[in-house]
Amino acid sequence: MAVISSETIPVTSEPDIVFVRRRVRETAAQIGLSLVDQTKVVTAASELARNTLIYGGGGAMQLESLNGPRLGVRLTFSDNGPGIPDIQLALRDGFTTGSGLGLGLGGTKRLVNEFAIESKVGQGTKIIITRWK
Amino acid sequence: MDKGLQNRQAGLSEILTKDESSLLADWLKEMSGSVRRSDLIKESELRSESALFLKLLRQGVDSGGYDIDGAAWQPMRELLAEISRSRAQQGFTPTETATFVLSFKKPLFKAIRTRFEKDADALATELWSATALLDSLGLYTIETYIKTRDAVIRRQQEEMLELSTPVVKLWDGILALPIIGTLDSARTQVVMETLLESIVKTNSKVAIIDITGVPTVDTVVAQHLLKTVTAARLMGADCIISGVRPQIAQTIVHLGINLLDVTTKATLSDAFRLALQRTGLSLGRTSNHTAQKTA
Ligand SMILES: Nc1ncnc2c1ncn2[C@@H]1O[C@H](COP(=O)(O)OP(=O)(O)OP(=O)(O)O)[C@@H](O)[C@H]1O
Ligand SMILES: [Mg+2]
Repeated sequence: MAVISSETIPVTSEPDIVFVRRRVRETAAQIGLSLVDQTKVVTAASELARNTLIYGGGGAMQLESLNGPRLGVRLTFSDNGPGIPDIQLALRDGFTTGSGLGLGLGGTKRLVNEFAIESKVGQGTKIIITRWK
Repeated sequence: MDKGLQNRQAGLSEILTKDESSLLADWLKEMSGSVRRSDLIKESELRSESALFLKLLRQGVDSGGYDIDGAAWQPMRELLAEISRSRAQQGFTPTETATFVLSFKKPLFKAIRTRFEKDADALATELWSATALLDSLGLYTIETYIKTRDAVIRRQQEEMLELSTPVVKLWDGILALPIIGTLDSARTQVVMETLLESIVKTNSKVAIIDITGVPTVDTVVAQHLLKTVTAARLMGADCIISGVRPQIAQTIVHLGINLLDVTTKATLSDAFRLALQRTGLSLGRTSNHTAQKTA
């Protein structure tokens, strides 16, 4: 598998989230994802970017387009925030420690092909998602 | 306060008092070369601003030392804030604005050098404190300049928000709210309030929220929509969400958002037809009812 392109985008404010969505949409369109798949991965990016900002206290997203065996986009969100103490619980639909619907993480997992999450309390959170063509 | 600092202040204060008029003249000359934008500001205005700056600088140094955050520097901070504000509005760049303060270094340093010619140690200390002081005043100017600009931009954004969320009366009792663009929290708040107010004002029974122009519906957007629908319902109005494109519908399902309680339509015209039916239906039912009775 080869990385065709890679860029890192800060996630430290609301306008950053808008920019994240725009870049993900452009990249997804570039590798030829269908409109539905573009929308899925953009929405997933929006969820994770917002979590990074609100719960992670800000961080960054690495945006990569991949080639081989298929084309795809891979997004890596990382922050140095408080971490997630119970990942299974956080993934559960309806669970929120804020004032959201608690659907962001679970929903994201359903919107993408691959979903990986690493989190250490007190150190931060890293979530990697991939959507293949 | 330590002795050294007191001496230093005394030195600077004395220079500012004794050399006031030559400092002012040198400074104005300096500015006419570099920062003075005769296209933007009048000579007399610049002169009175500069004179006031000198006066307040001396006052600040005399009474409060070099910490410009202190109470003694309040009048100076006000002057600089005023200058930044007017410069920002007059079209000066931040650099040009800060250079007003920073360009005073040259005449001041010259005066300090003349006074402490024979005392290299004192000269160095004096120059160092003068430079630190003017730098912090210059930075303060930039900060206020940026704040002013931010406030202007924010105001424009807010105005745009209101402009870009027009509530349209489609029919007696039927409102439509076409939303275009990104729905972030601030904007959604405005949208929701505008719609609810219009419902009351027009005494409408059905409100159509059209999201054709919303590129992404994520959990936050969905939550805002649901809240709006609930609030409208509490006020006696039904909401219909229209413009739900296929890709958005699929995404909403995957996210697990429950819109079952909300009426949704693919297009605004579908929604309008339904709204007419709803307002019309209740009339129809009454007449049916009457008809049955008479039969
Ligand atoms: N980057 C993160 N750092 C720390 N905690 C996180 C992070 N991301 C998610 N969480 C925790 O996981 C919970 C669930 O997240 P999820 O995105 O599913 O729901 P939500 O953000 O609360 O609401 P919604 O996404 O529906 O608006 C959050 O409430 C938060 O406690
Ligand atoms: Mg979330």
